[in-house]
Amino acid sequence: MSVTLADKESVLREKADHPAVAAILNWKSDSLADARWDRDELTLTIAREDIVGAGFAIENAGYNFLEDVTAVDWFPASPRFQVSYHIVSHSLKERIRLRVMLDESSPVVDSIIPVWPSANYYEREVFDLFGIRFDGHPNLRRIMMPEEWVGHPLRKDYPVEGYR
Amino acid sequence: MAQFTETPILEAPIAEGSADQTMVLNMGPQHPSTHGVLRLVLEIDGEIVVRLYPEIGYLHTGIEKTCEAKFYQQVVPLTDRIDYLSPMHNNLCYCLAVEKLLELPIPDKAQWVRVLLSELTRLNSHLVWLGTHAMDIGALTVFLYTFREREDILRIFELVAGQRMMTSYFRIGGLSMEPPLDFFERVQSFIKTFPEKIDEYSNLLTGNPIFVNRLQNVGHLSAADAIALGVTGPPLRASGVDFDLRRDMPYSSYEKFQFKVPTSQRCDVWGRYLVRLEEMRESVKIIQQALDGMPLGPVKANAPKIVLPDREKMKTQMESLIHHFKIVTEGFAVPAGEVYQGIESSRGQMGYYVVSDGTAKPYRVHMRNPSFASLQALETMCKGRMLADVVAVIGSIDVVLGEIDR
Repeated sequence: MSVTLADKESVLREKADHPAVAAILNWKSDSLADARWDRDELTLTIAREDIVGAGFAIENAGYNFLEDVTAVDWFPASPRFQVSYHIVSHSLKERIRLRVMLDESSPVVDSIIPVWPSANYYEREVFDLFGIRFDGHPNLRRIMMPEEWVGHPLRKDYPVEGYR
Repeated sequence: MAQFTETPILEAPIAEGSADQTMVLNMGPQHPSTHGVLRLVLEIDGEIVVRLYPEIGYLHTGIEKTCEAKFYQQVVPLTDRIDYLSPMHNNLCYCLAVEKLLELPIPDKAQWVRVLLSELTRLNSHLVWLGTHAMDIGALTVFLYTFREREDILRIFELVAGQRMMTSYFRIGGLSMEPPLDFFERVQSFIKTFPEKIDEYSNLLTGNPIFVNRLQNVGHLSAADAIALGVTGPPLRASGVDFDLRRDMPYSSYEKFQFKVPTSQRCDVWGRYLVRLEEMRESVKIIQQALDGMPLGPVKANAPKIVLPDREKMKTQMESLIHHFKIVTEGFAVPAGEVYQGIESSRGQMGYYVVSDGTAKPYRVHMRNPSFASLQALETMCKGRMLADVVAVIGSIDVVLGEIDR
């Protein structure tokens, strides 16, 4: 069984010298809303308005490759949406996860494209399937579903069979 | 609800603000060299590509949504259908992710058979790539040669899994069953002759001036652009970035194998061709090491509440029958949490992000597929080049539309 550090305090105590944690704390310590170390994976929850700045801080710490952007719908919990970013470091040979929690009332977050241009398609996919909008995205259009589709299929309140 | 209607080509965003002398050309979705249903909207000035816009989604089947309605073990056959040219990589990545959630140790033999079959899958996928890529360029012969060897690999898959393409052989907790008796001999006799076959393809293509001229200095992608645009796998290594998850973040006991990671500084289609050809030779070495050092022991984890019992036990032992019934009808609960498992598939970094809420069905399954990200780099590679080069570049990033659209 691997070690689980369930909250921010324990992660800061045990993993304070982790390059990603250190980079975020050095940049702006109150942008780190929560942290978790579980199954050998580090998850850092970032305040919504700080995601681009945190991205730059992480990138300077050596996490150069954005692998994936996706979302999870925690309906009917609040905050409802979680956007997850998986970032790999080619030099440290390590992967971390950043995440942002979004309320149902305004599912909007800044686009991460200024830091990692490869987020373009991923953010379009999340917009298409979850209805989360990314501020500053150059071409936020549907990518999987037809343009005139109504609804966002990966939301939990969207039936698996679709609307009949 | 809304029905699908085709977006008229002139309404696609590419045509906006274009100069008078350019024209908009539609390529696909039914085009022989797009390797599936990839639709490209090209703005061309004469024969020069000014802009390029991939329009995808024609194969979208909502696999991620379907996964949420299935038990964990029922998702395995869905993963085959994503990247249909390397089904075992999808099986492996999903199983590793769920095993990580369960913190379930896998017996050595199962891990080694997984490595062996993953590398055979890589050969299978690269053979299709080589055949179709050369055919796009106009070298038709190679296609017939590579499909001859691919048939041998598919027969091995059929022997081991009962299926040629949609194998579903890797299961959560190990393999679906012990490999058959003559499996290792069949693999041995295949890889004994295979390096000669690679030489054969190389003889047909590497010195062929038409092929060389069509590939060299085409589709330039610098290392910085490749990283910025999310390109992984052979195209990334052909741009000089030495990164391979098998070596750098090993999974499924890859750390016990010795192999080189081929790279090239050429940054063009030719470099990608050389890297993939070399990768095939390295895969043969890995398979040989797996055959030589294959450990003995079970191929399923000792977890009766997660792994289906053997057929024979299920028919003769009461407890196994109960476990079988429970797993099939109710599935098994997976502890809450989220994991991301990355592996190196034939096309690059594949990743499965599995979120569990503690029930028997995954709360969320997301697949990170290498083709999806690599497609973003297509415009960078084709801009300012000839229209005919687009075909060569598509072939060089080796897209599979099944994994782009999911």
